Amino acid sequence: MELNELYTEVITQYSRSQKHRHPLDNPDIKVQGVNPSCGDDISLELKVNGGTIKNAAILGSGCAISMASAAIMADLIEGKSTAEAERLAALFLGMIRKTVTEENELEELEDALAFQNISNMPARVKCAVLAWHTLEEALKKLKVS
Amino acid sequence: MSRYLKDFPLLQQVDKKGRLPVYLDNAATTQKPQAVIDAVASYYKVSNANPHRGAYDLSVEATKVLESAREKVKAFIGAGKAEEIVFTKSATESLNLAAKSCGMFLKEAGDEIVLAVSEHHSNLVPWQIAAQVRQARLTYMYTDESGRLPYEEIKSKISERTKLVAVAHASNVTGSVNPIEQVIERAHKAGAAVVVDGTQSIPHMAVDVALLDADFYAFSAHKMLGPMGVGVLYAKEKFLLDMPPLLYGGDMIEYVEEQSSTFAFPPQKFEGGTQNVGGVAGLSAAIDYLNSVGMNELQAAEVELTAYMLERLHEVPHLKIVGPDCLDDRTGVVSFVLEGVHPHDVATILNADGIAIRSGHHCAQPFMRHLGVQSTCRASLYLYNTKEDIDRLADSLKGARRWLGYGTE
Repeated sequence: MELNELYTEVITQYSRSQKHRHPLDNPDIKVQGVNPSCGDDISLELKVNGGTIKNAAILGSGCAISMASAAIMADLIEGKSTAEAERLAALFLGMIRKTVTEENELEELEDALAFQNISNMPARVKCAVLAWHTLEEALKKLKVS
Repeated sequence: MSRYLKDFPLLQQVDKKGRLPVYLDNAATTQKPQAVIDAVASYYKVSNANPHRGAYDLSVEATKVLESAREKVKAFIGAGKAEEIVFTKSATESLNLAAKSCGMFLKEAGDEIVLAVSEHHSNLVPWQIAAQVRQARLTYMYTDESGRLPYEEIKSKISERTKLVAVAHASNVTGSVNPIEQVIERAHKAGAAVVVDGTQSIPHMAVDVALLDADFYAFSAHKMLGPMGVGVLYAKEKFLLDMPPLLYGGDMIEYVEEQSSTFAFPPQKFEGGTQNVGGVAGLSAAIDYLNSVGMNELQAAEVELTAYMLERLHEVPHLKIVGPDCLDDRTGVVSFVLEGVHPHDVATILNADGIAIRSGHHCAQPFMRHLGVQSTCRASLYLYNTKEDIDRLADSLKGARRWLGYGTE
């Protein structure tokens, strides 16, 4: 994979976006996501009302890939139901694992499609999926609570 | 061009673009010279059998390979006896084995273990567990902002309450060489034993454990041109005699009754299970190779190369060295950050130019927190690296910020 296929404009812009990088007032759920092998450490906060994700925030720090993936994810899930967010997370992770390849289906991921080829760079896969695994964890905890 | 490069087959493999690799992750593992590869292959071709067990020539031969390597390690590190050399599978296992002996030292609740905050997790977590088990206290010696361990810290933290001190000879993050002689002297005056993690020192300088008076000294083969899967724990014989084994079974026994067993004398007592004799043969060949270079000559060449690397890195805009940016008491491990670009992205961008460096927390999270960084890039040198490697590193770094949208710098 060439660098210009990885550090696309979509990814570099989202990686620097501050839109979701602020703490929420009284979040309904706050979950930490860590990549123990590289030290990336993020925190996902969600404000949920009537089963709909009103706000999503990502704190902490990580590389351009993990920050862009987190920012795109936060954009995508805001305004969606928790069930839809869960489905999108499964879709994103399916895309990375190449178990979901149907273009029509993947279009739902919108800008997150920018990570479609990250599996060609195995060393960076864990960066791209960190936020999404954290989302899955957050949604699981929401269900329990 | 380094005159040693020709001995390393992997470093001569050009990529699709016709470039030789620039391998600068030597603090993680080193490449292997043909002599080491040949020694491992030769062991399996002509000498392979289970050592210490068979009543036949081939087993005797395998035993000779194992025990002659032990003698070679003994001589290489200046140990008094071959019996003080225990083969393990890694430096991590060596340090865990040392920590297993903590009961000999930590007799009362509140006894202290003193660590440097710069320790690799392998010389930190085992002591956390030991402290929990023995209700001991962990006390840290803190470095200054450049990663140096000041004498004041050594003096104030090691006291009569201290029973064990665990410290690396050299840091895998900043390359700082710790004043290990001062640590050992202070610890011994206080009546404490010292466990030295020599993983980042043994490959880069002449080490004499007897001269240092280290009680324990751990390292691994794969960071000194040898194969992976072989570690060494040197310990003074008096400690080895009293230490409990780490693994039970196999050839570490003496007599086994139905209800109880007695164990072999060191080092066999600590070498339960069949040893990695092929790997040990490789370590032996690695020591021969390093001896043929000469450790003092190797160190002098690394100092020269480190000076060049620091000079070239200083020329890279927006780059900050994490750790000492002078040559005093340091190895060729250089950590740095590039403003605005996460170390993982730097590593990916350098990789596209055929350059391998490490990025991350380097298994030293408390140290990273102490230094106020989440992760760093780390370029680490060894004898086959060249000024051309460093030029390629510096040139690639100069273009790294551009990939993340920072204009032309």
